[in-house]
Amino acid sequence: MSELKGWKELVPGGLIVEAGNAKEYKTGDWRTEKPELNPEKCIHCFFCWAYCPDNAVIVDAEAGKMLAFNYDYCKGCGICAAACPAKGAITMVPER
Amino acid sequence: MAKVVGFNGNAAVAYAMKQINPDVVAAYPITPQTDCVERFAEYVSEGLVDSEFITVESEHSAMSACIGAAAAGGRVMTATAANGLALMWEMLYIAASMRLPIVMMVTNRALSGNINIHCDHADTMGARDAGWIHLFSENAQEAYDNTIQAIKIAEDLGVRLPIMVTQDGFIISHAVERVEILEDEEVKNFIGAYKGRYPLLDLNNPVTYGPIDLFDYYFEHKRSQIEAIDNCLPVIERVGKEFGELSGRNYELLEGYRLEDAEYAVVALGSTCGTAREAIDSLREKGKKVGLLKMRCFRPFPRESVIEALSPLKGIAVLDRSVSFGGFGGPLFTEVRSALYDAPSRPSIINFFYGLGGRDIYPEDIEKALEKTEEVVKAGKIEQHIDYLGLRE
Repeated sequence: MSELKGWKELVPGGLIVEAGNAKEYKTGDWRTEKPELNPEKCIHCFFCWAYCPDNAVIVDAEAGKMLAFNYDYCKGCGICAAACPAKGAITMVPER
Repeated sequence: MAKVVGFNGNAAVAYAMKQINPDVVAAYPITPQTDCVERFAEYVSEGLVDSEFITVESEHSAMSACIGAAAAGGRVMTATAANGLALMWEMLYIAASMRLPIVMMVTNRALSGNINIHCDHADTMGARDAGWIHLFSENAQEAYDNTIQAIKIAEDLGVRLPIMVTQDGFIISHAVERVEILEDEEVKNFIGAYKGRYPLLDLNNPVTYGPIDLFDYYFEHKRSQIEAIDNCLPVIERVGKEFGELSGRNYELLEGYRLEDAEYAVVALGSTCGTAREAIDSLREKGKKVGLLKMRCFRPFPRESVIEALSPLKGIAVLDRSVSFGGFGGPLFTEVRSALYDAPSRPSIINFFYGLGGRDIYPEDIEKALEKTEEVVKAGKIEQHIDYLGLRE
């Protein structure tokens, strides 16, 4: 989570005065479970990348490799684990 | 030489609105405000103002349109009363939270039920926690003067908050009185040009109004709103003084009448202050040391000024024209009594409810309130904090 500001630092009226700043809002802390990748079982099919509603799967498209999850934005919905055809490649574990 | 006209309160405010020439007015008619907006609509149809006049299907829509127009960067005004104000409720809070300097005239009228179109203060008192500045007017002249000042106060960069300018329904709104008006140019120069701070129409600098604001920031935003409204007392005072230099009619947060050497005083809002002056003059003739404290600015509540004005007194009668059901006294009583808790000396305070649903109040009622207060002080004990004026048992 980014540093929280005190009330004196805020824009009057609670306005957002800069465009395109949704990425600064790290929604990853909404998570109660997180996906864990087992690289040995991953078949790099990109199903998780295609299904992820938060664009939180990091891939190397040129190399054709699934690399990791972006935990800043992953909300832990588990869709990647459900969509994964390689059993055991993605496991949902409780967030600690 | 000032120009003098015969205006009722509604006409006086409509004329002020014409001179202010706001960018947008969105309003819905409701008695006793209708006359004001009708007159303004005539100015629009005669081409005497440049305002975009939006006729809406409800007061909720009126305030919503005002919020949109103000966020877009316009100078925006509206008017309402009673149940119309109640229907705006949700949007009142949003206008204040977004720091939009909308100016709204409210003709104070009793809230239903039962249905009543006459004056009491239930409507704006109900909205006292919405984050708006509340200025009360004693007569049509003050309604006119307050409306012009409200623009300058609301738009001050240190304020940027919406303001309600109130006048007592029918008693002021429909009674024709002598009103001194300023020249159009004088009003224009006094209020100056308006520049919205974060206008939505500035396409090169896109902004978001009213984003979701949860447990991580909502509290901080409310704290900054508390600061904003508390900080506007000096601005209201400064604008009142500047208006005095322009018009010869000086305005302060409060106005004392024969308070200097007084031992007992009434505290009141709106047109009742005129009635109270009569009562005080009459009691003074009988040798009683009595005075009046008129609350012009009710929100923000000018705590320091109230303490300074009332602390030296022996007894105070606070007149409330609205009820806070189940509360300990009316809204004005609660506020005044609370302010005096830390005062260097604490006068005895009695709350008198009066005038609900437009019931007339007479100088004799106010004399009675002052006499009762004196009796309580002399007895050294308050047996009844809450009393009523002009009520049949």
